[in-house]
Amino acid sequence: MTTLRFTKDHEWVRLDGDLAVVGITDYAQSQLGDVVYVELPEIGRRVEQGKEAAVVESVKAASEVYAPISGEVAEVNEALAADPAMVNADPMGEGWFLKLRLDDPKELDGLMDKAAYERLVGEQR
Amino acid sequence: MRYLPLTDRDRAEMLATIGVDSIDALFADVPHQARLDGLVDLPKAMGELEVERALWAMASRNLAAGSVPFFIGGGAYRHHIPAAVDHLIQRGEFLTSYTPYQPEISQGTLQYLFEFQTQVALLTGMEVANASLYDGATACAEAVMMANRLTRRGHAVLSGGLHPHYREVCETYARFVGFEVAAQAPAPSGGEDLAGLIGRDTSCVVVQNPDFFGEIRDYSEFARICHEAGALLVVVVTEILSLGALRPPGEMGADIVAAEGQSLGNALNFGGPYLGLFASRDKFTRQMPGRLVGETVDADGRRGWVLTLSTREQHIRRERATSNICTNSGLCALAFTIHLALLGDTGLTRLARLNHFAAARLAERLERIPGVQLLNQAFFNEFALRLPRPAAPIVEALAEKGVLAGIPISRLYPDRPALADVLLVAATEMVTEEDIDRLLRELREVLS
Amino acid sequence: MTDWSRALSAHPPADPAAPLETITGNRGLQIEEGLIFEQGSSARCGVDFGDPAPFEARLGGLERQAEIGLPGLSEPQVIRHFTRLSQKNYAIDSGLYPLGSCTMKHNPRLNEKLARVPGFADIHPLQPVSTVPGALALIDTLAHWLKTLTGMPAIALSPGAGAHGELCGMMAIRAALEVRGERRSRVLVPESAHGTNPATAAACGYTIDPVPGNPQGRVDLDALRPKLGPDVAALMLTNPNTCGLFENEILDIAAAVHAAGAFFYCDGANFNAIVGRVRPADLGIDCMHLNLHKTFSTPHGGGGPGSGPVALAASLAPHAPLPWVVHGEDRLELAEHKSGPTEHAIGRLKGFHGQMGMFVRALAYMMSHGADGLRQVAEDAVLNANYLRARLEGELSLSFPGPCMHEVLFDDRFLRDTGVTTFDFAKALIDKGYHPMTMYFPLVVHGALLIEPTETESKASLDQFAAVLKALAAEARSGHVARFRSAPQLSPRRRLDETAAARRPILRWRPESSHRQAAE
Repeated sequence: MTTLRFTKDHEWVRLDGDLAVVGITDYAQSQLGDVVYVELPEIGRRVEQGKEAAVVESVKAASEVYAPISGEVAEVNEALAADPAMVNADPMGEGWFLKLRLDDPKELDGLMDKAAYERLVGEQR
Repeated sequence: MRYLPLTDRDRAEMLATIGVDSIDALFADVPHQARLDGLVDLPKAMGELEVERALWAMASRNLAAGSVPFFIGGGAYRHHIPAAVDHLIQRGEFLTSYTPYQPEISQGTLQYLFEFQTQVALLTGMEVANASLYDGATACAEAVMMANRLTRRGHAVLSGGLHPHYREVCETYARFVGFEVAAQAPAPSGGEDLAGLIGRDTSCVVVQNPDFFGEIRDYSEFARICHEAGALLVVVVTEILSLGALRPPGEMGADIVAAEGQSLGNALNFGGPYLGLFASRDKFTRQMPGRLVGETVDADGRRGWVLTLSTREQHIRRERATSNICTNSGLCALAFTIHLALLGDTGLTRLARLNHFAAARLAERLERIPGVQLLNQAFFNEFALRLPRPAAPIVEALAEKGVLAGIPISRLYPDRPALADVLLVAATEMVTEEDIDRLLRELREVLS
Repeated sequence: MTDWSRALSAHPPADPAAPLETITGNRGLQIEEGLIFEQGSSARCGVDFGDPAPFEARLGGLERQAEIGLPGLSEPQVIRHFTRLSQKNYAIDSGLYPLGSCTMKHNPRLNEKLARVPGFADIHPLQPVSTVPGALALIDTLAHWLKTLTGMPAIALSPGAGAHGELCGMMAIRAALEVRGERRSRVLVPESAHGTNPATAAACGYTIDPVPGNPQGRVDLDALRPKLGPDVAALMLTNPNTCGLFENEILDIAAAVHAAGAFFYCDGANFNAIVGRVRPADLGIDCMHLNLHKTFSTPHGGGGPGSGPVALAASLAPHAPLPWVVHGEDRLELAEHKSGPTEHAIGRLKGFHGQMGMFVRALAYMMSHGADGLRQVAEDAVLNANYLRARLEGELSLSFPGPCMHEVLFDDRFLRDTGVTTFDFAKALIDKGYHPMTMYFPLVVHGALLIEPTETESKASLDQFAAVLKALAAEARSGHVARFRSAPQLSPRRRLDETAAARRPILRWRPESSHRQAAE
């Protein structure tokens, strides 16, 4: 069973074995508009919870993507270089950004579950 | 007043529509202490005739380059500009249009900038070019900052052959933006060893080709050395016309080219406005400063152009922008594009050949003067001479006789007495045999 | 571009009311035009030169070997090509350009004539200074006019444009702080500021601390005060601000900033509203850049060149970038190196001496107007903007009540529930024959529409513009959403796919990339 959690900045994180997969939510991609480019970190870089891990760009805006949890970048989604539109088409699946080797699984506990996140989005709409 | 369409009657009607008694009511937010009741202490309005007289009087006190034998270069060059260029850039739709943020009604500007970007890439032998920067010197500083970003290093090595103004601009940016530059001493006779200066924190080495003294070198091997050390090679070109005759920086392995485009389409104008050219490799595109025009299609499927990759720029990234530049050199870029469209490969090559011929002819005759030594192994349209005495007083004396003989190096390097007798001389297609005769005659006289 | 040879066999459209198709894609005076790379040839040349006599080259064996690939065209072809391109551009010469904070005023042709006089255009920056006393006189005269208008004792003329001037100002501030022995790390910037402000401050190594606005659209002084401290280097303010409003508490703001030991930087983009009526020095400003291509009418040229001189208070004057034009014993001199009075200059920001071509134009403009004319400029600019405000505030939603200065800010509340966005509204304006106003800036209101008519619009021009906007607003409310969403229809190009342009950037022509459109 995979753990799926959300941040208030509209990132999601899902445990996949011993790695945590990170991306942005459907609400986030709809707010951004067409994604034209994703700036991903190098493999091996350390990211801290709440600090910038990646940047996602639309034509008119650039948004920071914050790390939902701390860890080391183990993999990045190279496919996004050729097809940034994947972030719009499948934000929760093929449009993932990066995979982290987690420092501390307990950090996930502080994040929202699906129901809580959907409530947040409902308030923001 | 000829530029103000409103009449007093208009003003009265408009104030009534707004619902105030006087214009002062609309300035009510200005604190009392700061309100000027009267006029500032400046002359009152002048008609066209009076303005012309006043400015003509100032202009006529200057010795125009075209009225005398002229041999000055040093990063700005006097070339013939075809008559069509100035007519076209004065079309109101080019002259008085804004930055092409609304692409549907700016296709003229966007298309010529796309042509410009292509011309600059072809000329420099690079893969991608931007839509211009202020001038070559600021383009050089931007190149160093881009190299810093790309390599995540903070130290740049500047060749002693780099134009001193370019070096000074890099030093200013380094001091305040927070990186380091190690500028080498100028060496008109060569012998600089840059390879030994590349360290683990070196983001780039900046060389100029032809250099400030006109010397031409092959940087292919040096590019390889830089790359092995993880540093980038920035090549500066201050006389863009030289690329009509010489192997371009792209072929030598340059990573970034920062150049001055003034020679094509743009008059001397006492130093500005000029035209910064900036070119690099495709893989570095997103770290480039300045505007970029890209091709796309419209809703009807027709080809058109837009400003693109704007997320690098200040109006979107704000504090994370690659540069703070906004307004750049649009009309100067247009002049360049038109001039180069008239020339094409054939014309550019021929023009470059005429330049080199003029300089070679001049050098050959100057070398024969006793005490005058040519310092260059090779040159395009500019070279350095060592004179038997300090060059500055000689240039001054020649100016009084109506010959603008070149630039005494001491003007740019006042603190290097060893260079005081070096004179930088340029000859373009504008120089005639009679001009050379005059120069030689006056120079021989001053030297004797 | 339409492949017209295939279109020759196409059937005429069945519906006579459908837009007319032509085999060239041309529409009346709107002519399709390809790239020079698709027309020219490297063998053709539009300039005639002789060839030099044979001679021995001294290029060090580094001659170019390969062709460059630059096409050449004859003069008739070049004239036609660029003339056709020009006809696809909107321009001040064609119509009102309501761009907020850009000051799209008429560009006088006297300026162009005088800038081209050989005594200004054909002089080299490194000629002996003794041969160009008139150039120094022009620069000195321009400096005098700008100092008098701003009330400031010094002015740095070399920055190449406004953003460059901002950089100059922030560098001078940092230099002054260094002389004081202080390292301050924060710069305060209003949320309504133009993007160049935080970009510039960040470039100089400062962290940006945004200052919110109050409900009156001005800087919130109560929010500003607690942010001031010994680590604040400067406040960067635009006045009038980007909402078109004069910062009425500016004297208190200046006092608070100075009390904290910080500098007061003013972005002078909106100087057109107050020129000749208010001097920035009297507002407590230490440093202000001017845009010669805005207030002082030098042409925008499709994106430059501009010029961004920086007026400096006495505390910052020693740090002005080189070169300085200084008054020598009996003549003007050019100080190009650090020594004596220029010891603390921040160095050079640009090659040579500054945008001389723009100096000539700006001085011609200022002399044409004079002290009285310049004051009238500010008054007419403010009058025109308020006239539009009065004519439009019933139909469009005015963001801040009360008089504005030289520009008026609306937001998209009037479009609520219409399905039409600010973007759609602006694109529809194009079909009516106008360049859109500034959209989505400043960021402090939703769907901003910022309109600056300038003083060179006649009342009739404003009346027509107001009528068009009112009609458009009414159309939006009447539910014709589709027309807005598909606008513009009548311009040389319809909406362009910016997403594709950014996803797969094509930034130059390549020989293999002949984009030929299929026939309709």
